[in-house]
Amino acid sequence: MSTPGTIVAPTPQPIAGPQPVVEFQHVSIGFDGNSVLNNISFTATAGEMCILLGPAGSGKSVLLKLANGLIRPDFGHIRIFGQDLEEIPERDMFAFRSNIGMVFQESALFDSLSVRDNVAFRLEEQHDDPADIDRKVRESLCFVELEDAIDKFPAELSGGMKRRVAIARAIITQPKLLLYDSPTGGLDPITSTTIIQLIMKQRDVYESTALLVTHRLQDAFTLATYRFNRTTNQMERFPNDGVDPNTIIMVLRDSRIAFSGSLVDLLRSKDPYIQEYIG
Amino acid sequence: MQVGEFLREKVLAVQEYSLLSWQAISNIVRRPFYWEDLYTQADLIGVGSLPIVVLTGFFTGGVLALQSATTLAQFGAKSVTGELVSLSMIKELGPVLTSLMVSGRNASGMASELGSMQVTEQIDAMRALGTDPSKKLITPRLISTVVMLFFLTILSDAVGTLGGGLVAVTMLGLDASQYFHMAYQFLKYPDILEGLVKPVFFGFIIATIGCYFGMSTRGGTQGVGRSTTQAVVYSSVLIIASDFLISRLSIGIFGR
Repeated sequence: MSTPGTIVAPTPQPIAGPQPVVEFQHVSIGFDGNSVLNNISFTATAGEMCILLGPAGSGKSVLLKLANGLIRPDFGHIRIFGQDLEEIPERDMFAFRSNIGMVFQESALFDSLSVRDNVAFRLEEQHDDPADIDRKVRESLCFVELEDAIDKFPAELSGGMKRRVAIARAIITQPKLLLYDSPTGGLDPITSTTIIQLIMKQRDVYESTALLVTHRLQDAFTLATYRFNRTTNQMERFPNDGVDPNTIIMVLRDSRIAFSGSLVDLLRSKDPYIQEYIG
Repeated sequence: MQVGEFLREKVLAVQEYSLLSWQAISNIVRRPFYWEDLYTQADLIGVGSLPIVVLTGFFTGGVLALQSATTLAQFGAKSVTGELVSLSMIKELGPVLTSLMVSGRNASGMASELGSMQVTEQIDAMRALGTDPSKKLITPRLISTVVMLFFLTILSDAVGTLGGGLVAVTMLGLDASQYFHMAYQFLKYPDILEGLVKPVFFGFIIATIGCYFGMSTRGGTQGVGRSTTQAVVYSSVLIIASDFLISRLSIGIFGR
């Protein structure tokens, strides 16, 4: 069993070929006649973290659900690991999602299951070896520094602890793609920083591809300008005011992508909306 | 709201309900099977409903004997009270009342439980974790309700006939042997068949309606409350409507 704070080294699982992990091509979707996403196109390659910013109701969460095949687009193509989701029947999507981890906006923990059973859910469904499940649950909870809460139920946890359990549940199978839906939404600043540090730890230790939705600009700034130090088990600034080259920022506005680029590009943008958005 | 829009919504709802029902049925022959969930639901629906079903059946049989004996006495036919009670219980009241009780208890429970899971994104989380909610949540509830309602109805029929007998003997002065003889003598196989076919359909209605309203819940806790009420109302009305159809079909086939 791992000791608290120990980081379990991931088994490198390279994505086959040079193709992007996530690829949106002219994707549009609307509900009740209202356009939510209009002609969205972007790609995220292996190891990249794509941060989606935008005001409430701009379709950020819908975009994540599209990427996981939980909803289907009205138009356009979505390719995940090179496979067009449109070509995968719904019943095969369940197996396909084994390579994707998702953290929901309000954690979406199963309230009738304990923390242990929530985190182990996917492995239990796969009928993995019980001893193996226990080991992985403890490793995963250790990663989010919440191993003491293993026997608690979601109702007994604080908002921040629920998010950490949700992260542990999402990463237990070491998926190649992680989707974070407002992981810091509704949390106090200190807890938010803890969650961002965990996401950064996941990014820098496991080097998985990630789409992260947030409305907090400081989350994007922290993720782009800090990295996780495995030795100190803390996050630290990139030297010489550098930024993470694998962190891409996208800003959604009026159902479209208003900006896409690095943090440096964002700060240099002459677009009046972007300038107003970043204050 | 325009009439066209209203109709479109209703047609869409029927389509979604039909799809959900078909998926739930077809899952019975598709792996994986969730035996543990099946047993849990069977315990919840079957064992959990035992007290209300026994009490309802007993008092229904009793009141049926009490009311019918008074009327039958006017025609000098008080002795056939047993026949009237057993036929009424086995063909109609046993299946219908048991189903209405189970509907009130379990269709509402399914709608509120699945509705809460829906509004808190637990259903989406389940799908994201690679599990088909239709297989894990709906099919076990469907099988459990159909199987348990079948046996609960048999129990209700028996307890109802027994309750009628107790009233007939202790309050109406009828002979116990005569009561049970009449109750048994006039009972034919088609009557029993009709009484046993009904809970299968009613169980299907309870489970699919409860799950449908749960899975289509929108709008937070208020939406959960709305779904729960709708599940009980729709399942109760459908039980009574389908009872009429099955009874008519039975009369058409067996002539009684």
